[in-house]
Amino acid sequence: MKDQDLAPWPQAGFDRRAFLKGSSAAAAATTLATHATQAQAQAAAPEIVGRQSRLVELKVNGKTASVRVEPRSTLLDVLRYQLQLTGAKPVSIDGSSGASTVIVDGKPIAANTTLALDCVGKSIQTVESLGGEKPDAVVSAFVHADAMQCGFCTPGFVVAVRAFLDKNPGATEEQIRSGLNGNLCRCGTYANVVMAALEVVKGGSRG
Amino acid sequence: MANYVWPKFGTATVIGKRHDRVDGVAKATGTAKYAYDINPAGMIIARLLGSPHAHAKIKSIDLSPAKKVPGVVEAVALKKADDELLFQGEEIAVVAAESEAAAAEGVAAIKVEYEVLPHFVNDTDLAAAKAAGMTGKGGKNISLAKEPGDDDDEDEFTEKEINRLLKESAVVVEGEYGIHMITHMCLEPHGSTCEWKDGKLVAHLSTQNVSGTGPQFAGPLGITADDVTVHCDYIGGGFGSKFAADTWGVACAELSKKTGRPVKLMLDRDQELKIAGNRPSGFLKCRVGADKNGVITVWDSEQWGTAGAKPGVVSEKVVPYVYEPKNRRVISHTIKTNRGLVRAWRAPNHPQACAMSQTAIDDIAAKLGLNSLDVFKRNLVHVANGKAEVYAAQMDVAARLIGWNDKWHLHGKGPKKGSIVEGLGLAIHTWGGGGHTSKCTIRISPDGGVSSTLGSQDLGVGTRTAIAAVVAETFGLTIDDVQVNMGNSKYPASGPSGGSTTIGGVSESNRRGSLDALDKLLAVVAPKLGVTADQLEAKGGRIQVVGSPSKSLGWKEACSLLGMNAIEAQGEYVRGSKDAKTGADSKLSNSQVGGVQMAEVAVDLDTGVVKMKKFVAVQDVGTIIARKQAESQVYGSVIMGIAYALFEEQIMDQASGAFVNCEIADYKLPRLGDIGDIVVEMYEPESEYNRGVVGIGEPPVIAPGAAISNAVANAIGVRVSTLPMTPQRVLEALKGRKA
Ligand code: FES
Repeated sequence: MKDQDLAPWPQAGFDRRAFLKGSSAAAAATTLATHATQAQAQAAAPEIVGRQSRLVELKVNGKTASVRVEPRSTLLDVLRYQLQLTGAKPVSIDGSSGASTVIVDGKPIAANTTLALDCVGKSIQTVESLGGEKPDAVVSAFVHADAMQCGFCTPGFVVAVRAFLDKNPGATEEQIRSGLNGNLCRCGTYANVVMAALEVVKGGSRG
Repeated sequence: MANYVWPKFGTATVIGKRHDRVDGVAKATGTAKYAYDINPAGMIIARLLGSPHAHAKIKSIDLSPAKKVPGVVEAVALKKADDELLFQGEEIAVVAAESEAAAAEGVAAIKVEYEVLPHFVNDTDLAAAKAAGMTGKGGKNISLAKEPGDDDDEDEFTEKEINRLLKESAVVVEGEYGIHMITHMCLEPHGSTCEWKDGKLVAHLSTQNVSGTGPQFAGPLGITADDVTVHCDYIGGGFGSKFAADTWGVACAELSKKTGRPVKLMLDRDQELKIAGNRPSGFLKCRVGADKNGVITVWDSEQWGTAGAKPGVVSEKVVPYVYEPKNRRVISHTIKTNRGLVRAWRAPNHPQACAMSQTAIDDIAAKLGLNSLDVFKRNLVHVANGKAEVYAAQMDVAARLIGWNDKWHLHGKGPKKGSIVEGLGLAIHTWGGGGHTSKCTIRISPDGGVSSTLGSQDLGVGTRTAIAAVVAETFGLTIDDVQVNMGNSKYPASGPSGGSTTIGGVSESNRRGSLDALDKLLAVVAPKLGVTADQLEAKGGRIQVVGSPSKSLGWKEACSLLGMNAIEAQGEYVRGSKDAKTGADSKLSNSQVGGVQMAEVAVDLDTGVVKMKKFVAVQDVGTIIARKQAESQVYGSVIMGIAYALFEEQIMDQASGAFVNCEIADYKLPRLGDIGDIVVEMYEPESEYNRGVVGIGEPPVIAPGAAISNAVANAIGVRVSTLPMTPQRVLEALKGRKA
């Protein structure tokens, strides 16, 4: 119970299934087997080790935040449960939906397959940083092009488009269509996302 | 009492215009809070244990090992010994813990003994289902131009008549068409965050039914609906699957009550796919007779499919789809399988019916060597929903937008560029979409503030934006001047968002309430301007005398005349109700739309990969309220259509009965690069505007399956019989095998 005492609520962590399967490629490869033999998989689950939590500092959206993490805590859970930054969403077990996309040291990553401890000392930028009094050009373009319906995938998409256009500020429509396939939208906003991204390209750099 | 009508055609200043979504910035910057995002202080997290087996009986459940897991706070069984489990994922127990990880460990620690029973998950093979005793009562849709004689046995007469008509037909198409089961796959899974305050439940529920789910919590919890507040500001997808509190919603509330702490219980991704809704599959075998022009003379078909563990099937009433030849026999069979339970999926029955029957119509054109567009047009004589002329006009518009006449070639006769062939296809659809029952409170404050309050929700159609547009239009204001409060069951009740009923319903109540509120305001302003109230109008942010705008007051000044007394007016509309005085239908809303869609595809004969080149959707819609958001509904529907036409299906392992592709990485859906060029065209002559508001969340999602299948058939010269048209099925079809 000791680590329990060390880790007050909320205690973030991998979900067990995700842990069993590992992340990304491994998860995809084992999913079929896992769902067919779920009962056995559960029975054979190894002990999860290393629950000791400790306080660390994360640099999020330009501010330093003190958070309590375990070795297994994901960045997504820390953002959502400790910092109340709920823009990044939990959708897939392996990052294949892009809904948890945040920018770490300038690169878009899936926060649900990134360990919080790995982000210590790095600069983390979430979708919330693109809002405020004068929203980022990508946000404005998404609103103007109505590139959202239910909106659950939208924050991840906004971050992905921001990162993509930072790297490819003059992207053509063809490049946009081939470069933004990491994000999933069930409501079908892709056509509007293309319009939004093109609008940002035509409107010049970020503003 | 006010005259409940929209502004005359061409005079509206807000409705029908292009507006940014009022909650767009909140959604795009992550500040919009969904049920998943609500984290009250002290919250614990619950997870669900689902059945690992497709069919089993529970011998025993032991929760005690779960309760011993560090961090686990409570565990509750939802089933007991001897209960039968009918599909993989079926709910067994819930565990609440201090963290997601601890809850997951707790779930894994629960000891359940199962008696595994034989399962049946095959929905494609009717004979196998019959042999396994898994078929149930279906239905019949039979019509013949000729009446049987008094002495005739009806079935025998039908059989004879159908065979005679087939024999006399210039051509008979015999075909098999099918569409697999898909799941809703809401990106925000089903679930809630529940908390109790002073003995009353607040359920932050991901729901498309804010006003209707309270009693579903109250009943099982033994409290009254008054003691439940359902709250949902934003919902991350529903598509027809989120009307209920669900067992896991009630379990979440129960755990919260037991532990005295707020509890969040959202389904895991695989559970979302396994148990939170599916769309029934449909398979059809037919013989269709036509004359030499391709006009259907007789339709004879038999269909089957599964809705999961409870009997159900695509309705035979909508087959053949939109086209209803006088001579037809449609028989349906249901197949019970050990698969998750059906939930309404965007335009229930229609997408499958369209995909199973308008493909056969296209095969008539192929067999006769005719232009598909001509055949679809000529068959409009069989359209019984009164929209034949609208379809004809829409076909012309769509044909122009996709370049049909320039690009058309006979089936399989197009030029080949390397291994690539291209093709065109079309299909048509119909949907009701009449407004639902809705109440709202419209308030005008003495400081000029305006609000609308109602227990509605935004499934993604832009409900807040549409309401703000209606109220702003009525008061001569702009959208930004209107505050919309919704997403709370304590607000005036508004219907569930299903069947494309929302925008019609909330436009009705809000236009009515706003017109009544405006009457009250005009009565206060009239003496000040020295006129009677009926000489006044609200326009351009002012209350002015009709015809002499110089005699006016600014909106704020006018409202300040209210002194201490805000105006409140209740807007109310009852679905399908008539005008109390005249008995006439409401002029504000209407129902029944058509729509024509055309697809252009490229198919790689070597790999079987189908690429969308262009898709044109022509849609009639009545009075448009929020234009951008209406267009988005069509874009979204088309993309969802591309998804079930080319990518998604529930894949079952016959040996284990498991749903094997129930994670995002395996459940194939189109990505941004897969959709091609989509053209959305609203069909809106003045007569459409004058019809009133009709919802369009469902209609454009119906026809893509058939349109894309027809385009593929046109490209490769053979029919890929079953959707989704995966590369494998395309290659099988090319080899002349049934895929
Ligand atoms: S807007 Fe709903 S999932 Fe993308």
